Amino acid sequence: MYEGAVQDLIDELGRLPGVGPKSAQRIAFHLLAADATDVRRLVDALTEVKARVRFCEVCGNVAESERCRICADPRRSDEVVCVVEEPKDVVAIERTREFRGKYHVLGGAINPIENVGPDDLRVKELMSRLADGVVQEVILATDPNVEGEATATYLARLIGPMGVTVSRLASGLPVGGDLEYADEVTLGRAFEGRRVVGR
Amino acid sequence: MPLYRDDAIVLRTQKLGEADRIVTLLTREQGKVRAVAKGVRRTSSRFGARLEPFMVVDVQLHTGRSLDTVTQVETVGPYARPICEDYGLYTAGAAMLEAADRLVEAEREPAVQQYWLLAGALRALAQRAHAPALVLDSYLLRAFAVAGWAPSFTDCARCGEPGPHHSFSVATGGAVCSRCRPPGSPAPAPETFTLLAALLTGDWDAADSSDERHRKEASGLVAAYTQYHLERTLRSLRHVDRTPVATVAPPPAPTTPAPTRREA
Repeated sequence: MYEGAVQDLIDELGRLPGVGPKSAQRIAFHLLAADATDVRRLVDALTEVKARVRFCEVCGNVAESERCRICADPRRSDEVVCVVEEPKDVVAIERTREFRGKYHVLGGAINPIENVGPDDLRVKELMSRLADGVVQEVILATDPNVEGEATATYLARLIGPMGVTVSRLASGLPVGGDLEYADEVTLGRAFEGRRVVGR
Repeated sequence: MPLYRDDAIVLRTQKLGEADRIVTLLTREQGKVRAVAKGVRRTSSRFGARLEPFMVVDVQLHTGRSLDTVTQVETVGPYARPICEDYGLYTAGAAMLEAADRLVEAEREPAVQQYWLLAGALRALAQRAHAPALVLDSYLLRAFAVAGWAPSFTDCARCGEPGPHHSFSVATGGAVCSRCRPPGSPAPAPETFTLLAALLTGDWDAADSSDERHRKEASGLVAAYTQYHLERTLRSLRHVDRTPVATVAPPPAPTTPAPTRREA
């Protein structure tokens, strides 16, 4: 145990995800030894992020104004909405440069054991977006795990009767991998989602 | 026992660090085991898909100081996918997993009956053999019976007087006669008592032919019984989708290939 401010800093750093007591101690002593201007820059960045960043009122992504950069972009299609769990999923899909529609961030996935139900996610906001009839397709891009699949099943059941096309991201073999090493669940899905390339 | 192998049901998973998970397993021989599965959140993981909740697996673990480490996994019962494809099945299954996690409290204490009961219930759920809410209620009643809290739905739970009786007392342990009946005990319909007894004994012909009204009443009593004996609410019970199923669908054709033994 250290005294006063040093221990307080270690305790606060230790509350961050993935930072254990040893790492917290190492970061704390790095900051103690660092130049005052470097520390000030870090403090400013932390203060700024809390003061300026909020959630987009349309899609729920992180934004610095009422609407995020993607929702405010007139070149992107309003007819296709891609539903993701977290803002970091938006960044992952944007890296593909394949998608030119807009997003909807749910804020998680349905997980009854963790007491997360549909009412705890931004499902109502999604349904409001679909109500005006502009959106023609909803792409469900939740994680390909149990919670993500169940959330996709729930949303498909909810959106289907509205006459909007509902699609799910394909699951299958990772590019650059060997077929023989694929597990049977993934390989089974790859077979199920195969596409015709010629006749 | 640095390396050991066992059949297991994946009860829950928690994220750990960048790409790992802590998996809670209900194993056949070792009871409840918590283990680290390294790198399973990466898309390149060779056994991430097998370590999802609801999966029944043949697993090899390396004994660690606090947590064991998963080294190999093979699929035995690929129930995750069929369960996730139906929201009602998913919410019922999640409640079953949470109940098993709570009923088998101590780690590394064999709970063979609980293992087989849960494996059977997950299979029934995945095959859509019965309405999901019925499978859930039957599982809960039987899991409590295995844990030593067997309810009685015919004879009086306190004095043993042969039934049928008209009152139900959660604290007493089921049906109670007019003499033992605590004040304020509810009086469910006789058909509800019949349904609860059928769910406890596995009389599926009787359970499948029951009315929606009695199923709802039975579910309420099972939920109250669960909450009382676990001393806490099962968090997933309030999320159970109880939308009535008009007809019980036939078991779907297996979509997952038979498991093959392969090094992880």
